[in-house]
Amino acid sequence: MCESIVFLFFSSSHAIRGGNLLQQADIAGKLMPVPRHLSSDCGVCLRITRDQQDKALEILTNGRVTIAAVHGLHERQT
Amino acid sequence: MIYLDNASTSWPKPPGVSEAMVDFLNQTGANPGRGGHRLAIEAGRTVDTARQVVAELFNAADPLRVTFGHNVTAALNFALHGLLKPGDHVITSSIEHNSMMRPLRELESRGVRVTVVACHVDGTLDPQKIEDEIRAETALVALNHASNVMGTILPVAEVGEVTRRRGIPLLVDAATTAGAMPIDVEEMKIDLLAFTGHKGLGGPTGTGGLIIGEQINHETIRPLIQGGTGSYSEQERQPAWLPDALESGTLNVVGLAGLTAAVKWIRNEGLVAIRKKLLSNRTRLTEGLQAIRGITIHGSRQPEMQTTPIAFSISSLSPSEAGCKLDDQFGILCRVGLHCSPAAHKTIQTFPVGTLRFAPGLFTSDDEIETTLSAVRQLVGGE
Repeated sequence: MCESIVFLFFSSSHAIRGGNLLQQADIAGKLMPVPRHLSSDCGVCLRITRDQQDKALEILTNGRVTIAAVHGLHERQT
Repeated sequence: MIYLDNASTSWPKPPGVSEAMVDFLNQTGANPGRGGHRLAIEAGRTVDTARQVVAELFNAADPLRVTFGHNVTAALNFALHGLLKPGDHVITSSIEHNSMMRPLRELESRGVRVTVVACHVDGTLDPQKIEDEIRAETALVALNHASNVMGTILPVAEVGEVTRRRGIPLLVDAATTAGAMPIDVEEMKIDLLAFTGHKGLGGPTGTGGLIIGEQINHETIRPLIQGGTGSYSEQERQPAWLPDALESGTLNVVGLAGLTAAVKWIRNEGLVAIRKKLLSNRTRLTEGLQAIRGITIHGSRQPEMQTTPIAFSISSLSPSEAGCKLDDQFGILCRVGLHCSPAAHKTIQTFPVGTLRFAPGLFTSDDEIETTLSAVRQLVGGE
């Protein structure tokens, strides 16, 4: 099982907004460059631990942040 | 020197604005959304914070629907050119700034029908007149919240009730009122709010934007500018989602850092208190000017119908001559002429000569007001 989950977004603006919302909710999320095998976009994605996925999804949805995709991520893939 | 041209741009800026900008330039400086490194992310956070504070100030539900641009003129152009197409009908008022009228006249030349509803000679508007002009093909009502010339406030909330009921988007130009009085886009039923950062909001020039309400399908706004957005990069087509669709190219991030500081300062002071202070300054100036023989004040006599700018004429001096003497002899800085609003001047019957305009700001002191009034009295010859 993947240790982390990454949320991909249609734009960095959404990723940053998402990161801020999670931070306000005390969920540790890391904004990082999008792994190339997931997308060719030049922006950032948001990585969280797998156990935070459901809560994070709820916060992002309520915050009107549009998620493009959710992927599992092994550490060696970052 | 007494600066009374805050309707052109506010000066000085609130405490913390320049510091925030210098801090951004020295500590961050990167381009948001153009890389995944820590400084690009930090720059992205700077922009996101600006969206959040602006959204909160205007009670907009979604910060991601706050799109930034160079100024309110750009925002109005994005909205007007984005929404209107040949055959559409748009309703506006007779006291609009050229930032509204010029794109409308351009669109009119391309087949958009424009109805200009006449305001009274004091600039006030009966909202029923807007509703009377609505037809089947009316696609937009576009109004400035207040005139940049004489400060008359239009009944935007009453018009919002009408447009929401009739299913027509309402675009409001808040250049003269943002930061000077409370604006609640939800309560006032404003669908598109165009704002500038450098006037009442106290931010630097080069900032402004368009807030798109959730009632508007943003995909119906054709982007006026296409370009790099740092997203959808595998495609050569403009992304359809907000804010990217309307934010091509690099934003004025250093400006947004300053705007954030300014808006936070306004939030701390409170818009109700700010409105009271500005109105107090305006009233003191207006009453003093009215007591001088040969001075005519234009606009409504009711304070609650006015925001900061005061347009006035001196019978014995042209506006340009008076403005020059006020600057040279007394160090009082104001704007004279048509104020980029021939429409407003035609309505208040001061076209083509124009008027003088005093626009005190939050930091205009009582002493400066008294000194100004004394100067005008000397200029007119009454003292």
